[in-house]
Amino acid sequence: MADTRDLGRELRRFGKFLRSEARPRGKLLTPFNVISIPVILLGIGILVVRFTKGLGSVTNLSQEFPWGFWIGFDVVTGVAFAGGAYAITFAVYVMKLEKYHPIVRPAVLSGLLAYVFYAGALVLDLGRPWHIINPIIGNSFGYNSVLFLVSWHFMLYMLAELVEFSPVIAEWAGWRRLRRILGALTVGTVIFGVTLSSLHQSGLGALFLMAKSKIHPLWYSEFIPIFFLVSSIFAGLSMIIVEGTISHRVFKDQIDPAKHHSFEDIILGLGKGAAISLFVYYFFKLLTFIHDRHWKLLTDGWGIWYLVEILGFVLLPCVLFAYGVRNRSVGTVRVAAVMALVGIVLNRLNTSVIAYNWTAAVRYFPSWQEIVVTLMVIFTEIWVFRWIVLRMPVLREAHELPTRRTTAGNPVPSAIA
Amino acid sequence: MNRRGFLKLAGVAGAAAAARPASAAPASSPDSPEFWGVLVDTTRCIGCRACERSCSIAHDLPVPDIENDDLLEHERTTSDRQWMVVNRFETSKGEVFVKKQCMHCWQPACTAACLTNAMHKTRKGPVIWHPDKCMGCRFCMVSCPFEIPKFEYNSWNPKIQKCNMCFERLEDDKKPACVESCPTDALMFGRKRDLMEIARVRIYNHPDKYVHKIYGEHEVGGTGWLYLAAVPFEELGFRTDLGTTPYPEFTRDFLYGVPLVLFGLPALLLGLSLLAERDSES
Repeated sequence: MADTRDLGRELRRFGKFLRSEARPRGKLLTPFNVISIPVILLGIGILVVRFTKGLGSVTNLSQEFPWGFWIGFDVVTGVAFAGGAYAITFAVYVMKLEKYHPIVRPAVLSGLLAYVFYAGALVLDLGRPWHIINPIIGNSFGYNSVLFLVSWHFMLYMLAELVEFSPVIAEWAGWRRLRRILGALTVGTVIFGVTLSSLHQSGLGALFLMAKSKIHPLWYSEFIPIFFLVSSIFAGLSMIIVEGTISHRVFKDQIDPAKHHSFEDIILGLGKGAAISLFVYYFFKLLTFIHDRHWKLLTDGWGIWYLVEILGFVLLPCVLFAYGVRNRSVGTVRVAAVMALVGIVLNRLNTSVIAYNWTAAVRYFPSWQEIVVTLMVIFTEIWVFRWIVLRMPVLREAHELPTRRTTAGNPVPSAIA
Repeated sequence: MNRRGFLKLAGVAGAAAAARPASAAPASSPDSPEFWGVLVDTTRCIGCRACERSCSIAHDLPVPDIENDDLLEHERTTSDRQWMVVNRFETSKGEVFVKKQCMHCWQPACTAACLTNAMHKTRKGPVIWHPDKCMGCRFCMVSCPFEIPKFEYNSWNPKIQKCNMCFERLEDDKKPACVESCPTDALMFGRKRDLMEIARVRIYNHPDKYVHKIYGEHEVGGTGWLYLAAVPFEELGFRTDLGTTPYPEFTRDFLYGVPLVLFGLPALLLGLSLLAERDSES
């Protein structure tokens, strides 16, 4: 009886707390807001048209190009960028590399949001999204489909990342006992999450195995799944470097100044990991290139485009990462990270859109509406990221219960057991 | 038992044995495990496009104007409003007409791609699409080597449109509409085993008339629709570089690897984690 009364009181407290937290903080007219709000509103308008008049009304998709920018960039590239979460949780919770502990929370949060928003963008592209439950509830399981596997692993991984992030939510809400229970789940969840990640990162590549007759031979390989998996490691690490650098500027007041130095150390460590995985990736690419005897394909425009991707945005960032790490130049590592990300965008778009159906008479180029909706998805994700970072102990010191800005002057109940 | 009795008995047994195969598998048994298909003899096609017309009528699609030959000026492809088209090709042996529609592969890429089983290979051979299962991801379109499934981009409730080999007519023991409407027997409906024999006989009897190849015999592991031609198939808009491997094979190794990774990798990670713990303690 007392328990239920406690629960009721706690829920009321949490409701009040949530209302106070929901209020916007900080200035409204920041440059980011001024740009992002109109884009988000325009994007919503475009989506209304898309769901009433069909995909053809706002996209340049065609019978020759069934997958365009929303799949090629939002989903296929976005998920590769989100690979940082599994790489970092692997390093910290499996390999016990404590050095990287401070970046686990932002990495997991951005991974979680990336999956929710970028894998979620898949729904915008589905022609009959109300049937999305079919492969989930089991009335029609296409076991033999790679996409079946990828979609299940997306869902399960989102759940795993939510569990990984849940201690932060529990700390924020002041639920101590729940925090302990959720914290205990972390290692198991991480192992599960790394497994799921390795399967769906490679699964995204496996989607293109049956497009053998359509993808330019320089980008098609039976090893696409392995390419996608290995490249998701440096994609994720580079994303953490870039994102972390920006976060550290934007959310300065969230971070203990003493930690700035250790963050640079972390960036150099990540750069080392990225250099190694980039080299492994480059080496694999080279092996298959030689094995498939593709030399004579290098002579035309496609060959040059391939060399731009491989030499300019795989080998060069690999060298820059190695140089930056060796000379402890954080700036070089940051430049290398940006270049590696460009390389990932190139590779994913080449595979799914640009070198796909490369013999088609009419090429696909995204419509402005497709680009606006993509920007809308990215901006909305940043809004949610900012909302969470400003409220929950993501970047700031976390592990003791924080002295919260209390709700409407009420002291936080000290014992919510 | 005397001699006459034995002969009588043997005769009855022999008759029964002889009768069994005939009665057990009538030619159009719905339980027949063999796939049906169509043999297209392009040397017989006169380009009248009666098949285009009957196809549209049979499936409630806009009926094309088959009198208007201007449409033949350019190579066409199937669309979300037209499940099959006839194309005209200028070849070394004069003009040749070729019908194009779903090939109804024996091991289709589209059904292996479909995560909801909306694309489905039926027992009789037609590959059909279930509207109540499809979520519109268009992975079938990405996977199909013949680029046959077409999507209604301008509908809020889009469907995948493709030839279903008149699945519903087959259920009523009728031939596909296009086959029935063909005035020159350029289209022949039957089981693939029989169609292959007929095709081989035609090549054997007229070795100078046909190229010695039956398109669809081995392509992507064999297709339900088979083609005979007088000129190399490259000249008729066919892709001859697709290979003979059934498309689902390309993803099979990956899919077999999944359960291994799903159970093997966690064990490995757990081991690594324990090892790392030991290390950090010492």
